[in-house]
Amino acid sequence: MAEIVVQVDKTTPVISDLSELLSAAQDAATGAVATFTGVCRDEGGKLEALELHHYPGMAEKQLEAIAQKALADTGATALAIHHRHGLVPAGEAIVAVIAASAHRKASLEAVGFVMDFLKTDAPFWKREIWKNGETRWVEAKQSDDEARALRVLQS
Amino acid sequence: MSGTTEINVLYFARLRDKIGLEGEAIALSDEVGTVGDLFALLQNRSDAHASALADDVSIRAAVDQQHADMETPLSGAREVAFFPPMTGG
Repeated sequence: MAEIVVQVDKTTPVISDLSELLSAAQDAATGAVATFTGVCRDEGGKLEALELHHYPGMAEKQLEAIAQKALADTGATALAIHHRHGLVPAGEAIVAVIAASAHRKASLEAVGFVMDFLKTDAPFWKREIWKNGETRWVEAKQSDDEARALRVLQS
Repeated sequence: MSGTTEINVLYFARLRDKIGLEGEAIALSDEVGTVGDLFALLQNRSDAHASALADDVSIRAAVDQQHADMETPLSGAREVAFFPPMTGG
């Protein structure tokens, strides 16, 4: 039975907290647990924070759909995603992903799959808040679209 | 009354800043059948709408919280959102 946990809130994503929510991470049939944490860069000390905007409701639904696809595609047995919204000071985590599987390949793949689809499909938007007072919406990267397109071709 | 329904339109990120609204209720006539029809209607609502919605190539849409495109029908829809390409993660 596939297990999915999705969390969207203003608290800092922490892998160990996410791991505790995922019973498969403690299951004896699990032979591999892979994790990813996305962190706000300080851009050479010039960036104060990122402000994460999201579409409440759709954000959670999309993350669940992405997690389901990732499990079906990779054979991982369990997946948890915690994506933060609101103000994220430089150096703090924005997103954490944890996947469990019997063997390592599936969980490593599942984490990469989630991040590639999350970048293009989950309704979150970043605004940079610079220390000099400027603010700017982050532009979507073409490389993110290409990474997603490659996943679609491979699946 | 006949032929007119109301739909909740939401804007996010840069579009919200430019239009100056989180969302608005829009009355739809029968002629507004798709997301693209609604988009064209919104572009003509004000100068701010026209400016925010000028770039119709990169603007994304969702109908009832599912990703959609300009051809997606609006029949039965309650909520339509417009937003720039996503930048989460």
